[in-house]
Amino acid sequence: MAEGAVALAGGTDLMVEVNFGHARPMDVVALRRVGELAEWEPTRIGAGVTWSRLERHGPIALAQAARTVGSPQIRNAGTLGGNVGTASPAGDGLPFLAAVDASIELAAPTETRTVPWHEFFVGVKRTARVAGELITGVLLPEAMPERQAFGKIGARNAMVIATVCCVVTRDTSGATRVALGSVAPTPMRAWRAEEMISSIDKPSESDLTEFARLVSEEVRPITDHRSTEEYRRHAAGVLARRLLDRCLR
Amino acid sequence: MTTHTDRRAIQVEGTVGESPLRPDGIAKLKGEFEYAQDLESEGMLWGATVRSPHASAIIESIDIAPALSIGGVHAVLTASDVPGRPSFGLEHSDQPVLAGDKVSFWGEPVAIVAAEDADTARLAAAAVNVVYREQVPLIDPEEADLRDEVFRRMRIRRGDQEVTGPVVVEGYYEVGMQDQAPLGPEAGLAIPDGQGGVDLYATSQFVHVDHEQIVASLGLRREAVRSHPTGIGGAFGAREDVNLHIHLCMLALHTNRPVKMVYRRSESFAGHVHRHPARMWYRHTANEEGQLLRVEARIVIDGGAYASTTAAVLANASYFAVGPYRCDSVSVDGVGARTNNPPCGAMRGFGAVQSCFAYEAQMDRLAEALDMDPLELRRRNVLATGDEMPTTGQLITTPLPTAEVIETLRAMPLPDVDRTSLPGGSGLTSEPKDVVRGVGYAIGIKNLGFSEGFDDYAQARVRLTPEGAVVETAAIEVGQGLVTVLAQIARAGLGISKAEVRHVDTSKIGSAGSTSASRQTQVSGGATLEASSRLRERILEQHQGDDLNDDGVWRSGALVVPMDNLTREVWEETVTFRHPATERPDEDGQGAVHADFAVAGHRAVVDVDPELGMVKVVRVDTAQDVGKALNPDSIQGQIEGGIMQGVGLAIMEELVLENGVIRNPNFTDYLLPTILDAPDVEAVLIEEDGSWGPFGAKGVGEPPTISSTAAVAAAIRLATGKQLNRVPIRPQDISLGDR
Amino acid sequence: MFALIVEFTLNGSPTTARVMSPGSALDVLRDELGVFGPKSGCEQGECGSCSVLLDGVVVCSCLLMAGDLQGSVVVTVEGVAGDQIHPVQTAMHEAGAVQCGFCTPGIVVAAVDLFEHNPHPTGEEIKEALAGNICRCTGYGAIVRALEGLSEAAAR
Repeated sequence: MAEGAVALAGGTDLMVEVNFGHARPMDVVALRRVGELAEWEPTRIGAGVTWSRLERHGPIALAQAARTVGSPQIRNAGTLGGNVGTASPAGDGLPFLAAVDASIELAAPTETRTVPWHEFFVGVKRTARVAGELITGVLLPEAMPERQAFGKIGARNAMVIATVCCVVTRDTSGATRVALGSVAPTPMRAWRAEEMISSIDKPSESDLTEFARLVSEEVRPITDHRSTEEYRRHAAGVLARRLLDRCLR
Repeated sequence: MTTHTDRRAIQVEGTVGESPLRPDGIAKLKGEFEYAQDLESEGMLWGATVRSPHASAIIESIDIAPALSIGGVHAVLTASDVPGRPSFGLEHSDQPVLAGDKVSFWGEPVAIVAAEDADTARLAAAAVNVVYREQVPLIDPEEADLRDEVFRRMRIRRGDQEVTGPVVVEGYYEVGMQDQAPLGPEAGLAIPDGQGGVDLYATSQFVHVDHEQIVASLGLRREAVRSHPTGIGGAFGAREDVNLHIHLCMLALHTNRPVKMVYRRSESFAGHVHRHPARMWYRHTANEEGQLLRVEARIVIDGGAYASTTAAVLANASYFAVGPYRCDSVSVDGVGARTNNPPCGAMRGFGAVQSCFAYEAQMDRLAEALDMDPLELRRRNVLATGDEMPTTGQLITTPLPTAEVIETLRAMPLPDVDRTSLPGGSGLTSEPKDVVRGVGYAIGIKNLGFSEGFDDYAQARVRLTPEGAVVETAAIEVGQGLVTVLAQIARAGLGISKAEVRHVDTSKIGSAGSTSASRQTQVSGGATLEASSRLRERILEQHQGDDLNDDGVWRSGALVVPMDNLTREVWEETVTFRHPATERPDEDGQGAVHADFAVAGHRAVVDVDPELGMVKVVRVDTAQDVGKALNPDSIQGQIEGGIMQGVGLAIMEELVLENGVIRNPNFTDYLLPTILDAPDVEAVLIEEDGSWGPFGAKGVGEPPTISSTAAVAAAIRLATGKQLNRVPIRPQDISLGDR
Repeated sequence: MFALIVEFTLNGSPTTARVMSPGSALDVLRDELGVFGPKSGCEQGECGSCSVLLDGVVVCSCLLMAGDLQGSVVVTVEGVAGDQIHPVQTAMHEAGAVQCGFCTPGIVVAAVDLFEHNPHPTGEEIKEALAGNICRCTGYGAIVRALEGLSEAAAR
């Protein structure tokens, strides 16, 4: 991709900027019909795979997240690669990637590299992608946790930017991952909460309460016109606890 | 003037009481119906508007040269280019057509541009260099009250002001700023006629009042401007005020080219008035049996920078401050404040929505204090025909089936719990064990038609043509089904089955008044009924017939004038219909201030996840006083749409202001209910003869929004035990603390 | 802004358009080609009134970059049934599901897309399929009734 060129897949983020007059890209690489980008293998999802496909065929928690993205119109056009590239703190697919420790595949004319998620997302709408690089895929681990649960809080029943969203996974060994969106500048993992609960084979009610408290403490939400810091902190703990509960059943 | 309940509806196909399909339905479904934003004209330019980024500022200078120097720009106009009256407004001409020396609200128009295409126009608008000196905006309506920055003060005193009682309940309530958010944004096309005049096709609810303001600001003769009813994508009050109308005409006349303008959504939020945010203090006093002894209220509404219809909205909020209840000791003080917030004006419900949220919350609190069933408390105080309005003392002479509304609601079956449909929807936030159900009731009252002595009338013309009866009117169709029901009324009056409505412009017919205040079916319908009935009478008299139908004129069982012959004659009748006169109030707010009333009640069933504060409105049932249901399906549509807007105000719709600036002027962050947010609705229409509308019909558009918000709030309170004194209720209000 | 020529199929006919980039397909359809069925309501894909079928699936044309029309197959509300009336349109008309009608073209397209992929959708499936189409007038009741009725009729 030439420097200064802008990648366009579904347009669900870029075109909003264009329509509002915030962006006037002169060099656009249209990727919607580039078949290779939409390839999908067990451990690699092409950047061009749309939310519609993810909703139908994706790993459980990612499929659940896909179902909440926008509307059918948005899901038919928007892609995982776009979600990753925009790197909104509220990106619906990003907590899943954090939970499974996914990596982002970046292709440049001379080389292809992969960047682990926590090195890729560096700030609000800022990533480690450099000019000239194209996001070509998302790499997933061989083994995915058996139990996965996703939840997203918004102020209406469809088409919402998440106030809080969360993915909890737990595998047979008890290893638990808790990833959250909309509560920090980037998708985040609640490491301390994870550590605490992963070592407990059969968590009790008070364990779950402590787990929720740790999640609430770890998140770094803000107050904006959509919600308050206080609510996001509270809701993150409640949601994480409920999702863990589902994973334990 | 004949009472319209005297007229019998002629039973012909498509008459009143049936639900004939919309005449414009297929065109709309096929995408062939023309809206203002779809209009085009040869050689047309595009307009754009320069708007203030500040809520309050002095304009130090405006440099239009950078904009004019852009290729393809044909005009850049400012305040000094306004040829006639420099300001406009529905109640007072206080709003500048274009700001000259200062701006008073975020988004206030400062300059307008015409260019070859929309993009160039927007670029040019961005290039106009306005130098502002920011001022501290006045954003608190109570501060405005103290400074006497007020559009209107209301004072209502009725009965003995010293009344006391054993049970007293006080409360403070707030309603946030809702927006009409019609899906079709502001749009219009102005075409100069080459002789110094102009034809305007623009989104509007009242073309004659637009016409008046355009003529005044352009300094033209009345005949030089024609304002044409045009396809419009919804209104709900946002299209009563002038917004792009004068601008478009100015640009068209200046460039001598047709000029089109379509507002973008964020501009639309800035460019029209909103529902007044309200703060209300109440005290209800009752005896131990639950009889209301005294109601005191103070209501402050924020009118924003310019008057719009604030005086009338405040009047409504004040006159309906008690609700549909009897009470002989009432005191209401109202303030319509002037601030640097965005101007507020008409939105469906027009002040009565805000009061209802407060007085119904009060009634529930009173019921709790009395340990009485909330419906029983209401039943004991219902306002009915023959009673006096608690606020104005007006004797209610038309039907007001308040008790029946309550009993009907109570009797409607409640839905089962649906464990598959939960708050949070596909967000998977909640499980059945996290969810509590609440059922809440509210009733409300609204006036129909304009009030306080306003000369409220509508003109319609009925003509008999070879294509059937044609109703000519300037009464705007905003989607409510006026074009359907006026044709039904013409059929019922004339007795022939082919009838259609044709919109004509301001030069061809007198005013039909505003499509608002739930009035058009009654007044334009009244004019149509009168005109079609008189036409029938005249035809029969002329031809000495005893019946008129699709075949022609009949006498004693024989066809004496076939329809083909009849339509070669000229047959038309024009009627200006006025509803019963209303009075201006005296200094205590007393008088026969309103033309008619309608009462409605709602019962909301909500499922709440209290820990997260998520709400699903499962069902809203309603009983509504409609007089006579002229088109039951259309009424159902108005009810379901109005309830959805009421639900929106209850749980998700609010324009968030910060220092007078709207933080969420877009559909991502101003949340409109989606199909997944829609409750099931069961509606019972209560019909009772006696209103002056055609065949006894009452207006139906606003009552669905009056008490639906209050019912949803009541249901959430019952489910959660939270006070919830403010709407919209947000998740944090339910899950954290006590509000 | 720069101009380019796109060639695509519009409502069954090969179409050539000169488009300004960046700009949206919605603007091209309306202002360049005079196809006014799709409406402009929000410029950000939130209201669905600009919905069209793109290569067989429903999308918001305001989010489709004009240049990306190249080589695609587009169907607007004008093209869902050629000269005929689509059963979705008939169902909505008869159920009184149209008021101001501004959302109607988008709803028709989304519903056509639904029934094309799922001939007997349940009430829930209907609602999920239309979750991206805002209606401000009807409260959605009549729209749901229309499409549920159509689904039942198709099942018989």
